[in-house]
Amino acid sequence: MKQLLILSGKGGTGKTTIASAFIKLAAAKAYADCDVDAPNLHLIMGWTSEPERSDYCGLPQAVIDPDLCTACDLCRQHCRFDAIETGDVYRVQPFSCEGCGVCEYVCPAGAARMIPAVAGELMLYRDSGQVFSTAQLAMGSGTSGLLVTEVKKQMKSGAGDVDLAIIDGSPGIGCPVIASLSGVDMVLIVAEPSVSGISDMERIIRTAAAFEVEAVVCVNKSDTNLSNTKKIEAFCAEHGLPFVGNIPFDPRAVEAINDGKTVVDIECISGTAVRSVYKETMKLLLEEEVN
Amino acid sequence: MRVAVLSGKGGTGKTLVTVNLAAVAAPSVYVDCDVEEPNGHLFFKPGQVQEEPVTVLIPHVDPAACTGCRKCVEFCNFNALAYASGKLIVFDDICHSCGGCVLVCPEGALSEKDKAIGCVQRGTADRVEVYTGILNTGEATGIPIIHRLLEQSSLEEPLHSDSEQQPRRADGEATFIDCPPGSACIVMESIKDADYCILVAEPTIFGMHNLRMVHELVTLFEKPFGVVLNKCLEGENPSEVYCVERGIKILSRIPFDHELGALNSDAKIVANESDVYRDAFRTLLETVKEEVGHEAAAHS
Repeated sequence: MKQLLILSGKGGTGKTTIASAFIKLAAAKAYADCDVDAPNLHLIMGWTSEPERSDYCGLPQAVIDPDLCTACDLCRQHCRFDAIETGDVYRVQPFSCEGCGVCEYVCPAGAARMIPAVAGELMLYRDSGQVFSTAQLAMGSGTSGLLVTEVKKQMKSGAGDVDLAIIDGSPGIGCPVIASLSGVDMVLIVAEPSVSGISDMERIIRTAAAFEVEAVVCVNKSDTNLSNTKKIEAFCAEHGLPFVGNIPFDPRAVEAINDGKTVVDIECISGTAVRSVYKETMKLLLEEEVN
Repeated sequence: MRVAVLSGKGGTGKTLVTVNLAAVAAPSVYVDCDVEEPNGHLFFKPGQVQEEPVTVLIPHVDPAACTGCRKCVEFCNFNALAYASGKLIVFDDICHSCGGCVLVCPEGALSEKDKAIGCVQRGTADRVEVYTGILNTGEATGIPIIHRLLEQSSLEEPLHSDSEQQPRRADGEATFIDCPPGSACIVMESIKDADYCILVAEPTIFGMHNLRMVHELVTLFEKPFGVVLNKCLEGENPSEVYCVERGIKILSRIPFDHELGALNSDAKIVANESDVYRDAFRTLLETVKEEVGHEAAAHS
C-alpha cells in the first residue's frame, strides 16, 4: 500500500480541501483523517451510513480514594505535571494528569490508583468499495499521537491489500504530526504564500526530513501573494524539493465545501488546478515505486 | 486583563486578531503559545530579543550500575525505555519526564539530565512586549515551553510605564495570548489563566465544526468568551448561524478583503497600515474590555 500524507505546518492552508479532492480523483479505497484534534474530512466525504464506533483508551488516569488518603502529600511532591490538587481532599485534575503512574507508586496508603480512561472515539466508515478511518480526541486530552497511530492501524486493517491510501494530517509539527509521518511513502505539503506560511512550511519540511519521509510541495491560494509564491518555488528549487503546482484562491471552493462537495465535484478554477497537482503528485509517488 | 485567542481550526486568523489587538492596546503583552508554528514575531519583528532555552529532564543510565532488572521498563507507561542486548535504551523523544524510572530503579543506576526542546524569546516592538515560544523540530510536545511562556509573561514586571490613553487594570497591562489550533491539552494549557477567550471562526462548515469544539472547551472551563467571524464572504456563514442560534456574542465581523489579506500575508500589522483596520481593531478591543468588565462586575 502506497500512503500519501497531506500536511502543512500552518493550519487552514487547505489540507482537507485538497485531501478530499485527491480521494475523489483517485477513487481511493482507503483514506483517513489524522487531524484527531479537529477532524473535518467526514463533513464532505458524503457518507450516509453510520460508522462503526469504538472507544479509544489512551493512557490510564490517576484517581485518589479520599477514604484511604492520609494527606501525606507525597503524590503532590512527586507529580511533575501539577496534577494533584489539594483542598478539602487530595484529588487528581484529569486534564493535567499524563498517566505516568508515579503517584500510585509513591502512595504509601494505596489511595492513588491508575484506571483506564476513554480519551476519544474511533470511527470506521466502510462499504463494499471503500474504508474511511477517522477519530475525535476527547476534549483536552493529551495523547493525540497514540490516537493517530490507531486511526492509521484501523484504516490498514479495514482496507486490506489496496494500492493507495490518502491521509489527511494535522497542523503543527508535534506529536500527532510525527505519529502520522510514520510509515508513509510521501508527504504533500500544502503551503500558503504568506510570511507565516513560508516559516511554517520550512519547519514542517525539516520535520518530515528528520523522519526521512520524502516531501513534495504545492501552494494554495497562490495568487493572493505572487511574490511569496515565487519565494516558495525558489525555496523548493534550492532544496531539491519537487514543486507540484499552484492552486489559485477561489471563492467557489468555499461554496463547494459548504455544499458538502469537493472542489473537483464542481466546475471551478481551483478544481482544475487541483487536478493538475494530483497528476504531478501521483507521478512522483509511482516513480517512487519503481525505484 | 488576559485574553486568549483560539480557534479549533487552523488558519482562521488567530494571529491576525491577536497581533492587531496587542498593537492597538499598546503598551501590552503578546504571548505566542503556538510553539509548533509561532508566527507573531514575524509581524512584530521585536528588537532586544533575549532567548532562554527550555529544557526537560530525561533519564540518564549508568551502564555499570544497571543490572538489567527491567523494573524501569515495566514502569514506564510511555514505552520510553527498552532493555535489549544487555543495554538499557532511552527514547528521549517519547519520554514525558515523569521521573518514575529513577524512583523505581533499585540500583540507583538512573539519574536525570537536561535536554533542550526549544526556547522562549522575549523582545519589544512599539511598546508591545513580545513573548515567543519555539519548539525544536522533531520534538513531540511543546507544553513545557507554554508553561514557561505563561509563567514569564505574567510574573515579570512590565517594561513600559503607564499609558495615558488606555486605562489599565491594576494588575497590569493587557496580555493577549495567541493559542495553538485544536482543542487538545496544549490549548487548555494556554487558556487556563485567561480572563476572557476570543474564538475566531471561518465562514465554512469546517470552521463551524471546529468552532463548536472550542465552544465546548471554553464552556467546560467556564471561561467568558465571544466570537470574531473572520473572512466573511457574501452568502451563508455557517459559523454565524451557529452563534446566532445559541445566542453567542459576536464581537466583530471581519470581511474577506484582498488588501487585508495581502498586507497580512506580507507579515504587516494591518492596524498600523490603515485607519480603517486600526479603527476596527480598536472597536474590537473596546468591546472585549466591556465584556471583561461585565464579567468582573458579575463575579464581584
